[in-house]
This record gives sequence, C-alpha cells and structure tokens, in this order.
Amino acid sequence: MHTQTDLFHYTLGLADDALVLGQRLSEWCSNGPFLEEDLALANVALDFIGRARMFYAYAARLEGAGRDEDALAYLRDCREYRNLLIMELPRGDFAFSTARQFLVDAFNLPFLEALCGSTDSELSAIAAKALKESRYHYRRSRDWVIRLGDGTPESHQRLQRAFDEIWGYSHELFRAGEAERRLVAAGIAPDRAALRATWESLVAPVLTEATLKRPADTWSVDGGREGTHTEHLGHLLSELQFMQRAYPGLQW
Amino acid sequence: MGSDPIFGRIALIDAELLADRESQQDPALAALWVALEEVKDPEIPVVSVRELGVLRRLERIEGGIRVTITPTWSGCPAMHAMASDIRERLLSLDVGQVEVHTRLGPAWTTDWITDTARESLRAFGIAPPAKTVPDTLAADPVPACPHCASPDTRRVSEFGSTACKALWQCRACAEPFDAFKRI
Repeated sequence: MHTQTDLFHYTLGLADDALVLGQRLSEWCSNGPFLEEDLALANVALDFIGRARMFYAYAARLEGAGRDEDALAYLRDCREYRNLLIMELPRGDFAFSTARQFLVDAFNLPFLEALCGSTDSELSAIAAKALKESRYHYRRSRDWVIRLGDGTPESHQRLQRAFDEIWGYSHELFRAGEAERRLVAAGIAPDRAALRATWESLVAPVLTEATLKRPADTWSVDGGREGTHTEHLGHLLSELQFMQRAYPGLQW
Repeated sequence: MGSDPIFGRIALIDAELLADRESQQDPALAALWVALEEVKDPEIPVVSVRELGVLRRLERIEGGIRVTITPTWSGCPAMHAMASDIRERLLSLDVGQVEVHTRLGPAWTTDWITDTARESLRAFGIAPPAKTVPDTLAADPVPACPHCASPDTRRVSEFGSTACKALWQCRACAEPFDAFKRI
C-alpha cells in the first residue's frame, strides 16, 4: 500500500529530472553552434523547466508542509535531489548533449504516454501536456543523431564516443525502487521496466541509420533517486541556487 | 467514474469542455466576456486570450468571479502576463474579488484556436496551426506563406522565437515568417 510520502517523493523525482535537464539545456544558451540551434536548445530547455514547475507545484501540495515550488528547487542540497544521474551529467560537447537528449527523449515518449493513464489525475494532466512537447523534442534529437552520426568523420567519432560514455547511465531510466513499485501497483506510476522494448524500438533503428554502433550493456550506474549523485550535481546546484542562497527570499 | 477508466476520463474531459462552452454562452456573463475580448496574447496582440483557447470559463462565486485559464506550452512565460491582464480587466469592472485558477487538464490544444483567430494570425503574418493528428511523430505540414499565399515554403527551424512557433521562409517572396506549431 503506497503512502502520501511515496507519491510526494515520486513527483519530486520527476520534477528534479525535468529541472536538472532543463538547467543543462539552458547552459547552451548563447553557446550554441549557430543561432537557430541556440534558440532550439533554449526552447527545449523552457519546455523542461515548465514541466518541472508543474511537478514541483504538485509535489509542494502533496507534502503540505508550506514549501512552494521555489523552496523545493532552490533550497534543497544534492542529497535531497532525486533526479536520475543521466540528467545531471555536464553538457560536454554538442555530440554529448545530443546523445543524452536523444536517449532521454526516446524514453519520455513511452513514459509520458503511460503516465497519461495514471490514476492520479494531476500527474496524468501534466503528462498529457508534456507528451505533446516531447514529440517535438524526439524529432529534433533523432534528426541530429542521424545528421552527426552519418556526417563527417569527426562528427561520427564524437557522437560514437558520446554514446559509449553515456550508455551505462541509461539503465537507471528503467529502474524503480520499492516506493515507486508501490505506486506502480496502485496504477499511479508507469512500470519503467516495461517501457524498455518501446525505447529500444525508438533508439536502435536510429543508431543504425546514423551508422553508429549500439554500445554493449556491460556497465551501469544508479543512485539518483536515493540522493547519491555524481559530483556534477553539486556544481549545477551551486549555479542554479546561488541567487536564492546569497539573497534569501529574493523576488523578481 | 464508470468502470472503464479510459471512458471515465474522456467523460470528465467532455464535461469540462461542455461547462467551458456553457460559461462562454451564458447571457448573465456576456458583458464580462465582451470586456475580456480586449485581453490579448501579449506576444500576438491581434488574438484574444479567449480566441486562443487560454481563457476557458467564468463563474460567479461568493464575493466575485472565478476565472479558469489553461497554459499553452508548459514553459510559456506569457501565462503570468495573461493572468494578470485578465485580473486587471475584471477588477476595473467592479466585479468584486477575482480568483484566477489555472487548470492543466484537458490539455490545451491549438485545435481550440477559433477560425476568426486563425484569420487574424494570418493577417498579422503568422501562419496559423494545422489541425492536430493524434499520436503522431510526423512533422507539421508545410504552411502557405501568410504574406503572398505561396505554398512553396521551407522550414528554417522547428523552434522559433517563442515556444509555440516555428520559423519558416517563403521561396516565392523570400520573406521569413513564423508558423504556429500544432499541439
């Protein structure tokens, strides 16, 4: 039997995933390879930050402890963050960001579609909006994987290296801890493991068309949901949270 | 809700949309709706928030009016401005308290944009959105140029100056233009 705390932590995890990834995407703003792509990355970042806000607002209501979306985003330290590790990895070069975005976008399609069927009407409503935007995200990252993979020798090499480096972080997408499994039993959370086949069908043919080798499933990392993060999250949060920490209660 | 969760959910969505329509046609609220036509999308000042499908419903409550709005794209930064413009306009009519409620579901879709608004968009230089097709990964269809009406246009980027728009260019008259993305 799931608890309200299970649901709060679950929603917080989804919010953290979106905010951390949104923050990484935002780091490309004014650093993009050319203007149109700079705008595209900022647009996608905005979609993720928007969905983070919806999840945080709901999480705050679930917790019922008087925190709001800002308190959750700006005043928690690394060990309280529940995002998956793949979201917090530094943006790297354009190939690395493309590889990470593609793997996450391909996951978000079946995940959000399943979350639309959640018995929790708020999560279902957020998913319905996010799913439609994720279709635009997936098309974009898929097209870049093909263009870079089946591109110049340099773009191909960079993208292959990116997938090789990031592959072991993708397995965490399909894992669920005890609390999440209770929510799956209640029809609230999708069964992540069951989404793997669809994810493969969205990823494998694209890698093939991009003339890339699918890396082997020989290693994996996890711990994000439990607050055990890479050192990268600390640096990310120090930038994200600096203003609120330096000027507590600051408002625009 | 019925025993079938999917049909139960569809029934709830239909009920919400019906209540929205009834509110927009309620003669007792007509003066408010007329006044609120003046509240436009801050980025697209030729389309009202009602025409856009953002302003959904007005209800008389004890002490004032309850407004229901729904966000367009998840991160749309114009929502804040729209909510406050709606509130300002209603307060100027001495309606009492104004409570603005943001509703996430049913999810906003460009299909809700009225035909009149689509014409206003085109006249303003923005290609209106195509009708949505459910559950597809297919890209948006090629829009006609809103300046010269030529069908010979090319996409520059699927991500434009705002979350809701893509950037296209006409091959006939060479003008770039924004196209509303269907969602």
